[in-house]
Amino acid sequence: MDLISILLGGLTSGMVLFIVSVGLSVTMGLMGFVNLAHGGFAMLGGYVIVLSMDKWGVPFLPAIAIGFAAVAAMSILLERLFYARLYRATELDQVLFTIGLVFVMISSVTLVVGPETQTLRLPDWLRGQTDLGFIKYRSYSLAIIAAGTALVLALWLGFERTRFGAKIRAAVDNRRMAESVGVDVGRLFTVTFAVGSGLAAIGGGLGAEILGLDPQYPLRYLVYFLIVVAVGGLGRVTGVFFAALLIGLLDFVLKIEFPKGGALFIYALTLGLLLWRPQGLFGRRGG
Amino acid sequence: MTRLPAAELLAARHRFRGWEALPWVAGIAVFFLFPSYLAFGTQVLVMILFVLSLDLVLGYAGIVTLGHAAFFGTGAYTVGMLAMNWGWNEPLSGLLAAALVSGAVGLASGFVLLRTRGLTLLMLTLCTMTLLEEASNMGSAWTGGFDGMPGLAFKPLLGLFPFEQLSFRPQYLYALAVLFVCFIVVRTLVHSPFGQTLTGIRENLLRMHAVGAPVHRRLVTAYAISAALAGIAGGLFAQCNAYVNPAVLGLDRAAGVLIVLIVGGYGRLYGAFVGAIAYMLLEYFLAKAYPTAWQLGIGVTLMVIALYARNGILGLADSLWSKRHGNGKS
Amino acid sequence: MMSKKWLLARALAVVAFSGFALGAAAQTVKVGVVLPYSGVGAELAQQIDRGMQLYLKLHGDALGPYKVDLIKRDSKNPSGAEAKIAVQELITQDKVDILTGFVYSPDAIASAPLVTEAKKPMIIMNAGTAWITDLSPMISRVSFSMWHAGFAMGDYAAKVMKAKTAVVGYTDYPPGKDSLAAFKRGFEAAGGKVIDEIPMGSPAKVPDFTPFFQRAKDKKPDVLFVFVPAGDHALAVAKTYGALGMRQAGIKLIGPGDITQDIKVQSMGSDGVGLITAHHYNADLDNPANHRFVAAWKQEYGADSTPDFMAVQGYDGMAAIVHMVVAEKGKIDGDKAMDALKGWKFDSPQGPIMIDPVTRDIVMNEYLSELEMKNGRLYQKNIGVIKAVKDMCKELKDGRCK
Repeated sequence: MDLISILLGGLTSGMVLFIVSVGLSVTMGLMGFVNLAHGGFAMLGGYVIVLSMDKWGVPFLPAIAIGFAAVAAMSILLERLFYARLYRATELDQVLFTIGLVFVMISSVTLVVGPETQTLRLPDWLRGQTDLGFIKYRSYSLAIIAAGTALVLALWLGFERTRFGAKIRAAVDNRRMAESVGVDVGRLFTVTFAVGSGLAAIGGGLGAEILGLDPQYPLRYLVYFLIVVAVGGLGRVTGVFFAALLIGLLDFVLKIEFPKGGALFIYALTLGLLLWRPQGLFGRRGG
Repeated sequence: MTRLPAAELLAARHRFRGWEALPWVAGIAVFFLFPSYLAFGTQVLVMILFVLSLDLVLGYAGIVTLGHAAFFGTGAYTVGMLAMNWGWNEPLSGLLAAALVSGAVGLASGFVLLRTRGLTLLMLTLCTMTLLEEASNMGSAWTGGFDGMPGLAFKPLLGLFPFEQLSFRPQYLYALAVLFVCFIVVRTLVHSPFGQTLTGIRENLLRMHAVGAPVHRRLVTAYAISAALAGIAGGLFAQCNAYVNPAVLGLDRAAGVLIVLIVGGYGRLYGAFVGAIAYMLLEYFLAKAYPTAWQLGIGVTLMVIALYARNGILGLADSLWSKRHGNGKS
Repeated sequence: MMSKKWLLARALAVVAFSGFALGAAAQTVKVGVVLPYSGVGAELAQQIDRGMQLYLKLHGDALGPYKVDLIKRDSKNPSGAEAKIAVQELITQDKVDILTGFVYSPDAIASAPLVTEAKKPMIIMNAGTAWITDLSPMISRVSFSMWHAGFAMGDYAAKVMKAKTAVVGYTDYPPGKDSLAAFKRGFEAAGGKVIDEIPMGSPAKVPDFTPFFQRAKDKKPDVLFVFVPAGDHALAVAKTYGALGMRQAGIKLIGPGDITQDIKVQSMGSDGVGLITAHHYNADLDNPANHRFVAAWKQEYGADSTPDFMAVQGYDGMAAIVHMVVAEKGKIDGDKAMDALKGWKFDSPQGPIMIDPVTRDIVMNEYLSELEMKNGRLYQKNIGVIKAVKDMCKELKDGRCK
């Protein structure tokens, strides 16, 4: 078995998981809000990207920007109108609301576009294979790996080096304290939610070939996103990154070795991990 | 010896009211009035039992779980595997086996998982369920894998009444009887001191700890009993439909049962009845006509309920009733 | 006082009226159509539905005084549970005379006991697992068994393509396992060797085929035989094959025509060139009946649309149903109606077809085709034909086939 191909394949899936889940991790860590509709934002973004390329001939990179902007705008609207009302509500109500929202998203897309799987039409410079010297691998996958790495670096810098990032970290660790030193947590959350959803949108579009893109996407991958977030630790960007890579790699390898139900090991591993460290691999206890 | 008024009140709580016979009379009436809809009726009865089991943990004990289908599925697969692999297809004992196995799974997983709360618990229940779903795929030699086990055959009920795949007559009455027995069990439990403890845990966890109630043990017990009941529902499903596949362990089923309970009204026992009947009737008629628009409607309803009507249909009925009668009692 | 004439007139009136009523009752035959109108198989359902309607439109006069009333039900996902409920309701509530449709094998498998008990003919328009027709004497199939194409492809791969080794990738459900068994039997009987069998996920969703194809590539076979359900799975297969550079590595991609379904094949682009398939139908078949069929299709459904094997199965299935209705004079009685189908021959757009009187399964031609690019469009070039192919699984009594 060609180790490098496996590694690259697993990294690709992992990166897609990361790009989609990082937003969920930060918003869940920040507000403690159970947003089961996060996959829906990824899906909607994916559809916006794919359709603007198919129907309006928008080139690849602008389409991605449009996807990000459209979903971010929509999420701001939803957050101000609805999510904000449920911050103090019980888990049950949050679960209920977000499941309802996901149903609305799924059925709207099915009604408007149709139930078929959407395919991403790659630009010419991403088709075929790239010669890396020691191996020739699918260019599209390499691009995803590069994008994910760039993202994690950018986010890490943003969190560690900017004021805004510091505010987020403070609010995640101790919201009350942050509020009392004058951080406008409400506005913080709206912005973070928008960016997180926008990133999910990009992940949904970029990952269309890896995870697929059809109306059932949000519920099908819900468990994976939640696992990545829980294992990585809420609100920890680096945590989500490593957790996503781990899960992506494991899933890829298991598909090869145990195609029937190999994902079982991922769930078992997650169970064990979370029982041992409920705050995730990188999370802070009591957070 | 006369009882104090307070004691009278408490004792009166679990006396049977007249109107409580209504669902059962209606159930029997359906058997005679709608003979060609008994297959649908059986699905409703199975759903009511499943939702009832969820009400016990969610409505009364306050445990939010997205993985309750794990026990439903375990019950269904127990019955299926016993019939398919080891030729054990006597219905009543199969149901008992389903209850025992699911109860055991509930006990084990509850013991481990109920140490966590909130989001982690939600995640872990979801994980447990999907793990079982994958396991059913992996162990395809025993479980039939992705296709499941179509065409299960069962011995006649009590040796006298063979299951009828087309008319569903014996299945319907069977499901009604099982539901009745299980309902009595749940009702007694809920009105017992045990049930009161659960409500206490749900309402004020700290205080329960403070009065020295064995919280974890109570929760695990409730979880295990609920799991056993869900397992019976699953076993019923397998027997009446003569079919099991991994969908019994899927997120769709787990989310579905949660939705039905919320729509009906949780923490009220009869919410299960109201929710299941309303939801399944609606799904039967509307979903047939508008399969995608229907899901949109459900989504909007859930969002509205989450924002404004937290107690479901029965909750709305209650607030209408108290507005009419001006009494603050809910 | 009643005159004889008056009595006679009254008697005649009664006879005429009841004859009319009886005739009227026998005029309309109810047909329950179980197809996945929603969910992952919706496009396939649409093709079959269109094929059925087209037959009724073009040849409605063949029905004569009889009418066919189509009652459609959604079987949703490939698990079979919904299909079983739909069949149960169609029989008990709608009181249909005939059942048809059934895209996914689990749907047909789950419904078999019901039609046996109710004695209703079941005409399968797709479900391809070979032993399905053995499940009930009421089942007949106008579509195909996985063995028609699978066995033929295996035979061809070894004898004509001179392949020595093969890896088989298949979606993990009855038709996939069937296809694997069929290919293996045909290939190894002709001297080849299957060196790896890779289950590739479920039919309910399109997985990422990269890990499976990577494993196949590492084994370095001469050919990679792939079976996936028709539709979006097939597209992903072609793309992954291209993306991993397997053609350059000397591995030819072959399979049953499910992977080059006409409604999806154009989206493959250059990734599809060189793909060799065996199937009973593709829209490029060169025979008069097909030319007429494709022309009528484009006129009815749009110049950009194309029929595919699903469509022709719907068409042929409706032809079979109409034949049954007319032969049985509108009164469908289980066993007698099935007899009417045995040995039935029809000049279909796919060529001559016949229902085998013993197995009630279809006997038809298998065409070997290679995809080539002509004028910017992918075109199925005919490279061979095997005539009057029977389901080899039942012929050889392999595994569950009887």
